[in-house]
Amino acid sequence: MTAFKYTDYLKTEAQPYMWCPGCGDGIIVRALADALAELELPPEKVVIATGIGCWGKADDYFRTHAFHGTHGRALPYATGISVGNPDLHVIALMGDGDAVTIGGNHFIHAARRNINLTAIIANNFNYGMTGGQYSATSPLTARTATSPRGVPEPGFDVCALAQTCGANFIARTTAYHVLQIKKYIKQAIQKKGFSLVEVMSPCPTHFGRRNFPAGPLAMMKYLKEKAVSISRYEKMAAEERSEYLATGVFADNDRKDFLTVYWDLNSSQQASGGAVNNEK
Amino acid sequence: MSRPKGMRLLQGNEACAWAAIDAGAEFFAGYPITPSSEVAEICAKELPVYGGVYMQMEDEIASMAAIIGASLSGKKTFTATSGPGFSLMQENLGVGIYQEVPCVIINVQRVGPSTGLATRPAQADVMQARWGTHGDHCIIALSPASVAEMYYLTVRAFNLAEKYRTPVILLSDEVIGHLRENVALPNPGTVEIINRKRPGGDPKAYLPYQAEEDGIPPMAAYGDAYIVHATSSCHDATGCSNSKPETNKQLLKRLRDKIYNYIDDIVQVEHFGPANADITLIAYGATSRVCKQAVTEAQSEGIGVNLLRLVTLWPFADAYVQQALEKAKAVIVPEMNQGQVLGEVQRLNCVNTPVYQVSRTDGELFTTEDILAQIREVAK
Ligand SMILES: Cc1ncc(C[n+]2csc(CCOP(=O)(O)OP(=O)(O)O)c2C)c(N)n1
Repeated sequence: MTAFKYTDYLKTEAQPYMWCPGCGDGIIVRALADALAELELPPEKVVIATGIGCWGKADDYFRTHAFHGTHGRALPYATGISVGNPDLHVIALMGDGDAVTIGGNHFIHAARRNINLTAIIANNFNYGMTGGQYSATSPLTARTATSPRGVPEPGFDVCALAQTCGANFIARTTAYHVLQIKKYIKQAIQKKGFSLVEVMSPCPTHFGRRNFPAGPLAMMKYLKEKAVSISRYEKMAAEERSEYLATGVFADNDRKDFLTVYWDLNSSQQASGGAVNNEK
Repeated sequence: MSRPKGMRLLQGNEACAWAAIDAGAEFFAGYPITPSSEVAEICAKELPVYGGVYMQMEDEIASMAAIIGASLSGKKTFTATSGPGFSLMQENLGVGIYQEVPCVIINVQRVGPSTGLATRPAQADVMQARWGTHGDHCIIALSPASVAEMYYLTVRAFNLAEKYRTPVILLSDEVIGHLRENVALPNPGTVEIINRKRPGGDPKAYLPYQAEEDGIPPMAAYGDAYIVHATSSCHDATGCSNSKPETNKQLLKRLRDKIYNYIDDIVQVEHFGPANADITLIAYGATSRVCKQAVTEAQSEGIGVNLLRLVTLWPFADAYVQQALEKAKAVIVPEMNQGQVLGEVQRLNCVNTPVYQVSRTDGELFTTEDILAQIREVAK
């Protein structure tokens, strides 16, 4: 029995969610609330930071501290929040557009610096909020509102990007794998440094309608069947891989986070090259 | 360099950095750009000595975002930049205004638009400071004219930011930022420091955007028992987004009132020269220093002239400028742009006093002769 219930973190009175039927975002909200409860984190020690987009509306449903800012900037706000008070659990919720398209520069640097926060990306492979235009994770040739004949650019692999940047914890799952979402979020929050949980989330209204003519259920089935564990994925032949989505934990490291390194370097001995302290 | 003691030759940017530390700043996030970089360099070295954190962000968008975030975590925060960086900060400057986040932006102006005459002085971001971010909003901007004032107005910028829960801009220029003058920094303990109003009472009853009678909501920090919801979208007293048209109307009115109701506290000017004169110069920043010399020299030539120096640029010193327009037979507005404050002076000119412009946009500071020539011309 934990001291907290998931409802301690949620404004249930703000429900029902604003999201479309079949959207994965509500599933992630519940998984996050469950994770917070199981970790027994007091709501006043948690800050949910969001940008703009469908998933960027998620802060509306949390009873924790919250920050809702402009499109693409959730991570630099979260950076200031986390460095400003290292006792906080800062959780940045971003769509793929927010996180790695308009916010791509912030994403690579927050991961590289290893800022102590948890990023949860709801990747629906398009811009849900503005009507399903393509983003930097839309797969090459996918149909979207602004790529009626197919996306001419390849999409980012968000986890691979974070890995290159040196994030401490990186995991990917799908909205179909509910318990895995919670498990990864718990691991991510417990990890000091930059943690990423990418949840591949269906957007039936926009991406689904254009790329899954058989309907929302086909999209869910796709996530269920095509999401395979990394170990299975790695055993596949290269041409087979393009059909599948690798899920699991991609990185679990303990590189020191930004503030720890900062204070190691600026310990009273070394600050100001020692000069100031001599005079003080 | 440790904290300068006694009378020392100090640069404007150095005085600014020490002022921020004395005002209690614990967090700086920025991206290097001349002519403001010395502020960042001193912060990198000195902030950790005072328990604070220097962060070099990936760009100015992130810098402005980070100081907003850290301020909501309870820290006093600031950034320093110049033209192109100031442009990048505009989006999040609006967030800071709308979310009522105390923070300070130092803009050491240089010639633009764009990369312009990189690192040469200008006073051409006056209107960008006022209206650079989108939407209808208010701003406070201060304009120092000496190294000592880089110090005092930086402290004042922090105090106004904390008092009125708003971003405050120190609109300096390359001349003052890089100028070296003999100044003695005050003993840090002797400087008046204002801290943001904090909530009391039952945390459960706290509404983060419920203003008190003075129009300003008490501010809890993330991590306090008082739960804070801050949003860049239209919000009611709960801090949660609310898209009722009436909500935004009332919010914008309160954000305006909390500045304009305190105009006497915020707006500062300096008078130089005789109280009554036929000609009044209206100037600010580096230009106003040259104007002082011009006033002195014109007096010795027998011309009656004085100077109204704008210490606070925004909100604009309407009452003082109106008074100057009424008292003088002619007004001259010298500035290092093509007429940004000039337009404000003309807006206030209901008495049809002749208003003359002196403009320099070549990246050179005015000479006394530039201004004297106009004074002599008008005095004819
Ligand atoms: C600076 C800026 N540019 C564009 C927009 C318009 N806009 C709002 S949400 C959005 C995309 C959201 O997509 P994503 O981040 O993937 O989240 P989703 O809605 O799919 O959850 C865009 C382009 C904006 N709000 N701000």
